[in-house]
Amino acid sequence: MSNFSACLAQAKQPSHYNFGYLDEQSKRMIRRAIIKGVCIPGYQVAFGGREMPMPYGWGTGGIMLSAAILGQQDVFKVIDQGADDTTNAVSIRAFFQQMCQLETTTQTAKASVIQTRHRIPEQPLRHGQIMVYQVPIPEPLRFIEPRETETQKMHGLEEYGAMHVKLYEDIVQYGYIATSYAYPVRVNHRYLMDPSPIPKFDNPKLNRNPALMLFAAGREKRIYCVPPYTQVVSLDFEDHPFAVQQWSQPCKLCGSQDSFLDEVLLDDQGGRMFVCSDTDYCQRQQEKQHECSA
Amino acid sequence: MNVQLNPAPVTPVLQATQISKLYGENQGFHCLDIDLYPGEVLAVVGESGSGKTTLLKALSGRLPPQTGQVIYASDEQDIISLYDSSEAKLRQLSRTEFGIVHQHPLDGLRPYISAGGNIGEPLMASGNRHFGDIREQASQWLNAVEIDPCRIDDLPIHFSGGMQQRLQIARNLVTHPKVVFMDEPTGGLDVSVQAKLLDLIRQLVKRLNLAVIIVTHDLAVARLLAHRIMVMRQGQVVETGLTDRVLDDPQHAYTQLLVASVLQQ
Repeated sequence: MSNFSACLAQAKQPSHYNFGYLDEQSKRMIRRAIIKGVCIPGYQVAFGGREMPMPYGWGTGGIMLSAAILGQQDVFKVIDQGADDTTNAVSIRAFFQQMCQLETTTQTAKASVIQTRHRIPEQPLRHGQIMVYQVPIPEPLRFIEPRETETQKMHGLEEYGAMHVKLYEDIVQYGYIATSYAYPVRVNHRYLMDPSPIPKFDNPKLNRNPALMLFAAGREKRIYCVPPYTQVVSLDFEDHPFAVQQWSQPCKLCGSQDSFLDEVLLDDQGGRMFVCSDTDYCQRQQEKQHECSA
Repeated sequence: MNVQLNPAPVTPVLQATQISKLYGENQGFHCLDIDLYPGEVLAVVGESGSGKTTLLKALSGRLPPQTGQVIYASDEQDIISLYDSSEAKLRQLSRTEFGIVHQHPLDGLRPYISAGGNIGEPLMASGNRHFGDIREQASQWLNAVEIDPCRIDDLPIHFSGGMQQRLQIARNLVTHPKVVFMDEPTGGLDVSVQAKLLDLIRQLVKRLNLAVIIVTHDLAVARLLAHRIMVMRQGQVVETGLTDRVLDDPQHAYTQLLVASVLQQ
């Protein structure tokens, strides 16, 4: 794998490709969709999705957004389930390294653009950073209403009561709101939004976040945005308030008690451990401990 | 022509004047006037293709007529012309003030949502955010339509046809609508289930002082439920009056044919 990455890093940008792979007209079209999305927080803007050199479901929406907003000065980070070293993250990072010849990083603090699948970094984001989310199904009402014409009408007329039916069914089946990812939120008192399949652990981070949040679904060709410092509220019931996941143990590697943990099976004897899903955060925590003990 | 049974309320809750909707010649209905009073059941009978269902859609705000208007008066201050108001208002009205009972219960239910969720949805749509309260009301309504409340978490697709129809009625009544539109609510049910359902509807109408328009081709249903009856043929009303009067002493040739075609014991 290191060979592969090293080769890619050394490879020159192929001259027959434009900076960032997409042609300038397409980038402009996507930027216009972003501006519209920023003006109407949470509203799904239709855009002309382009063919990307990877299958739908692998993050084509996110790649198109990144391609449209990346400049030569940007520092780019890609995470997949919080990790910098998974296949999807590595290949998307390598793709832009080759197409843009820009600096990439695994450090949240250093990055100016972070493309993500299913997580928001643990380290608080700062104003000026941009998060790019890969979205499989942008429509939160799809579960309750399969017709697109009807869901658009529901958004237009702010008819969101049906969304609570999903939460109601959860409580009926499990005794609590068991929806643990893609947990529906209301943006800026207006639009109902699917925050992409991030765990609901990350939902509170969306609220009044200083960074710009951009979401794109490549297959369904929709872009929606949450501008910095926008109110984002997770739906709930008065007697079943919104709550995030909790773990009985800290991270085995760094000892963190307030990050999102993955359960890792160790053997077939029931051995398991919990580790941070955000690899960069976990490393920073471990380094801190080394400094303290040294 | 309009006979008032309860003399107290003078204003009709629903009033249609000169409404027409024609898909083609004799397809749809033409120039009808209808007044519906609170607490009253009006049956619309007629053969297939006589425009009954189209009329029901136009009256319930789901199909704009080509001419005429439909006026809904929830009380004397609040008078709304359905097709002159915004879509948002119309949808809000049909969610809260109207009930629509479809012929096939699964058209009006969400098949993969539990019975309680189906009844609770109109409540949540009108802003109720208290799970315990929604569940309590759902359970009361299941009781009211004679479904065992212990089946509150079962899916409608696991219910029998008659139970589905009763569930659909409960879902429609939970927001306390003033007008209920029913399209052949007993079609496709066997006779004993039909009888129970009719009994239930009659009770609910009386208890909640509902105004009901019921479309049916079954004269027995009309006889049991309706105070007034309207006989339609080829998009026209050929006869209207008190149910017993129309059925016992039909004046129009078509009504006579209709009444005579029912098997007598």
